This record gives sequence, structure tokens and C-alpha cells, in this order.
Amino acid sequence: MMSAPSHLIIAPILIPLLAGALLLFFEDRERRLKDAVSILTSAALVVVAAVLLFRTGADGGRIFVYLLGNWPSPIAINLVLDRLSAMMLLLTAVLALPALVFSIARWQRAGAHFHSLFLFLLVGLNGAFLTGDLFNLFVFFEVLLAASYGLMLHGSGQLRVRAGMHYIVINLAASLLFLIGVAMIYSVTGTLNMAHLAIVLQGLEGESRFMAEAGAGILGIAFLVKAGSWPLNFWLPTAYSAAAAPVAAIFAILTKVGVYVLLRLSLLLFGSEAASTGFGEQALFFVGMATILFGAIGILASQALGRLAGYSVLVSSGTLLAAVGFAQTGVTAGALFYLISSTLTLSAFFMLIELIARGQDPAADVLAVTMEAYGEGEEEEEEAEEVGVTIPETLAVLGVSFAACGILLAGLPPLSGFVAKFAMLTSMFNPDGVGEGVIRHSSWWLASFLILSGFATLIAMTRAGISAFWARIDGEVPRVLLVEMAPVAALLAMTVFLTIGAGPVMRFLEAAAADLHSPQAYIQSVMEAVQAVPHAREVLP
Amino acid sequence: MELLLSLSMGALAGSGVWLLLRPRTYQVIMGLALLSYAVNIFIFSTGRLRVNAPPIVEKGMEVDPAAFTDPVPQALVLTAIVISFATTALFLVVLLASRGLTGTDHVDGREPEK
Repeated sequence: MMSAPSHLIIAPILIPLLAGALLLFFEDRERRLKDAVSILTSAALVVVAAVLLFRTGADGGRIFVYLLGNWPSPIAINLVLDRLSAMMLLLTAVLALPALVFSIARWQRAGAHFHSLFLFLLVGLNGAFLTGDLFNLFVFFEVLLAASYGLMLHGSGQLRVRAGMHYIVINLAASLLFLIGVAMIYSVTGTLNMAHLAIVLQGLEGESRFMAEAGAGILGIAFLVKAGSWPLNFWLPTAYSAAAAPVAAIFAILTKVGVYVLLRLSLLLFGSEAASTGFGEQALFFVGMATILFGAIGILASQALGRLAGYSVLVSSGTLLAAVGFAQTGVTAGALFYLISSTLTLSAFFMLIELIARGQDPAADVLAVTMEAYGEGEEEEEEAEEVGVTIPETLAVLGVSFAACGILLAGLPPLSGFVAKFAMLTSMFNPDGVGEGVIRHSSWWLASFLILSGFATLIAMTRAGISAFWARIDGEVPRVLLVEMAPVAALLAMTVFLTIGAGPVMRFLEAAAADLHSPQAYIQSVMEAVQAVPHAREVLP
Repeated sequence: MELLLSLSMGALAGSGVWLLLRPRTYQVIMGLALLSYAVNIFIFSTGRLRVNAPPIVEKGMEVDPAAFTDPVPQALVLTAIVISFATTALFLVVLLASRGLTGTDHVDGREPEK
């Protein structure tokens, strides 16, 4: 029986889609209206995601399946909401709201249709987290990528166009790999429904099995490109540091989409009870380790703050990939905590560095050039004063936020970055409860990489902090508006709440990880999903 | 027919990859277009090659699945064509913007030093 509230599952896709389409009808001059609509939309998304999260956690965990077009399962393209997807929806929504607030101050004026593109990006993200169909996943990926191409170029300028072009080419190539993988899997299984696929794969023998595994491998490479794993990630630091600050802030979750899909598919299709158990796990583990190493070296070598943040993204996704490859329930739960914590931190960090760098130089110059190109330089000055109050003690506030980001990224106590790493390390060395079980060889490697990458981050952040705050060359204090500082503070406050509420959050994530590692409940709920009863039904004699 | 199709896919994909790795933006976009043709034909062929078999069942007809070809890959390929067409068009705009801003059609935005 399908009651009305279950339609709420599709709301995270429909709300931003409608709002984004609506905003296309207004000119970019109507900024107040566009700001209001998009901020209201993302606030609504936070509420919807919170309600959905609460529902999935109720009664010992529930999985909701939404059959699009009311076709019977497994023919229908479906949306599946479980703990993991609800968590990702909420994370997307709480990243979007601060980024949009941040953009009010000046960034939304740097190009056309900022709000619509931003909302369409949210459509793609939410769709990718919800869908339970491989080809539908491709479509949502393309929606989010197409929007991200536009956002990447937002603000224009030589640097952005060049970085954006590399970003677009590599993602187009990856999308083609995605299609090849999907087609190969379809050719031997005859289904694209993920849950149905998990069942069909178990019965495959001989050549068909090789074909399916080859397809899964190619599919995996496509997601590794999105996740920014070594050696497919040389474009990422440049692209992220060139993007406009609020855009980079929401891009912090784009690499996580790749990780999310890898986590979900590898455990669903090649989990412990499937026929080809552990396919690709080792590869993921080593690729993840290599990414951590590459990211850590990059962090140490970075001169500019933007590139430092870009390489931090790589360390974060490398850690996640290695944890996915480690394939152990406790580590997965810790990795999910790390995912939330690091995404919030990186998002705050990308906005923060724009504020810090503003007083200094190149970034501000780029912005100024951009404003000039759009003929809005002078107007910008006036309106900036109108928008809000500048905050007092600017450098102190910025410095404290910067220190918080450093602590979070390096994984030092007392903030959530530490809790996340601690959770992963604890489960690695206590596989079957405290002091029980055999410690795997790879645990030592992963543990040392985690700690060393944290150390490298600490060194780089300290050095960058000293040059940005204590040894400023020009000595000019950046002018920071309240609407720009508040989002950064809000994101950092969330990590504080995450630290305080680590107990309940961790319990939820452990349940989510347990669901992922034994996907029977997921498969069963999809296969047995009941169609909605049509209102006017023909009564058969 | 299988041989012909495989050869043409191979030729398209091979030249596509080669062009993709070239330093000029126009070559890159042609490479992407050729690669997407290869991928589209590949998707189409995953439903197995059949001659004289329609993909769509007529309403109310007695259905013998063996007389029909698989409609799913054909639907997939339509979607893939539309998406790759749109993204290629978008890339064309970026290509022109880059040419205008940097004054060169090199992918790195500057000519390599001789």
C-alpha cells in the first residue's frame, strides 16, 4: 500500500528541478528574488532530507522503494531510500545552504544563471544518491556534470576557462567509459536494476561472468575518475582551486559521489554473499593508498591555499577509497563518519580561503577582472555595503576558523576529524570487538598512511597559516561581510555538533554500514516492492 | 555483419582516442565525437544483432519474444546520443571561449616552448 507521504522520496529531485526551471524565467537582475527562491529551496531540501533520514532510522531501519511510473519491480526504474542515501541527501542539503548564502555577497553576480545551475546540480546529486538503476544513475550523473560544467566556468576568466576545459574533457571521456561498462553488464545480465543485477550476477558462469566483471571494472574506472583517484586526478587541484568559492564549496561533495557509488555497487554486486566476492577490493585499496600518498605530497608542495585545499580533497577521497577497499563493516562506518566530517570541512575551507586571499592578491585580481568584464565593478562596491555589515576583528575570526579547518583536516583532537580517524583505526585493529580477531597486514599500511597524511596536512596548514596571518606581506585586512563569514562558521559549527553527537551519529552509521555489508534486505525490498493501487481500478469479473 | 560492425567500432574508437590525446582543442572535440559514435554503436549492439525484428510489440497481439529484438539498448542509445550531443555542443562553446581568452587553440591555453 502506497500512502501519500511516500511520495516524499522523490521530493529531493523535484523541488530543486522546479525551482531551478522557474528561475530561468527571470532575468539575472532580479537578484533578491533569485536569492530568496534558491535559499528557500535549499532550506526545504534540508527539512525533507532530515525527515527522510529520520524515517529510515525508525523501527530498526527501513528501506523505501519508489517505483517510477508504477511499473512492477524489477522492470520499473526505481528510487531507493536507505540509511546511506538519506545521509548523503542530508549532507548535500546542508552543504548547499551555506554555499548559496555565501554567494549572495558577490559571487552570484559574476556570471549568468548561477542559481539555476546550482539547483540543477542539486537535482543531479540527489538523483544519483537515490536511484536504484544503473542507467538512471548515468542520467543523473550527466545532469550533475552538465550543471557542474556551467558552474565551473562561473565567473569566467582565463584561468577558469582553461581549468574548466580540462575538467570537461576528462569527465566526458569518463562518461563514455561509464556507458561502455553499463552496456557490457547489460549484454550478459539483461537488467540494469541494481538489486536485480546482484541476483542475476550470482547465476552467471564462464564467459558471461568474465564479461560482467570486465564491465564492472570499466564502470569502476569511470567512478574512480569522478572520485579523483590517482592516477586519474591531475586535473582536480587546478580545477577546484580555479572555481569560484561557493562553487568549490559544493564541489567538495562531487568526489564523494564517485566514492558513494563505488561503495554501494562493490558491496551490493560483489559483497560477501555474492558469487565473485571481493572483486576489485584490492585494486580499490591500492589505488586509495596511492591517492593518499599523491595528495599528501601535493599538500606539502602547494604554495597557494587553493591548491592546498585541492590536494586535501584528494587525501580525503584517497582515504575513503582505501577504506572501501578494506571492506570491513567497522571501517566502513568510520569511513562514512570521515566522509561527513571531511566534506563539511573542505566546503568551509574553500570559502574561507577565498576570504583570506581576498586581502592579498591573485584571486582578488581575478575577481576584479571578472567584475570588469561584466561591467559591474562600481555597482558591486555600492551593493556590497548595502548587503550587510562587515565583521569586526576580521583577522581573529578568520584565524580561528583557519585553525579549526587545520585541526579537522589533520585529524587532531578534539574535533570530528579525529573521531573519524579514531573510529577507522579502532575497527582496523579490533576486527571482531575490542582485542579480538586477527589484525590484517594491510591495517598497518593503512594506519600509517592515515597518520602520515594527517601529519603532512598539519605541517602544510601551519606553514600556510603563518604566512597568511602572522607574516602578511601587504598587511591589509580583508573586508569580510557577515553573510560571507556566517556560512563558514555554520559549517564549522556543524563539525562541532558532529563531535558532540558522535555517539548517536556513529550508531546510525554503523547500522548503515551493516546494511551495506549484508545487502539482502536492500535486494529483497526492491524485488518485493509493491505497486501503488490506482485510484480508479477496473474491476474484473 | 558482426565483423563489419566490430571493425567500424574499432576504427572509430581508435581514431577517437588518438585525436583525444592531441594538443589542439578542435582535435580533442572531434576525438570525443568519434569516441561517442563508437560507444553508441557498441550499446546498440549489446542487444544482439538481429535483422527484420522490430523492437516494439503491438498492442493486443499475441507475443512471441523470439520474433522481437531487445528494445532496451535502443532506448539507452537514444538517451546516450542526446546527452553526448548536448555535452559536445557545450564543449564547443568552452572551446571558443578559450580561443577568445587565450588567443590560441592549444589545450593548455599557451603554445609549448620550442
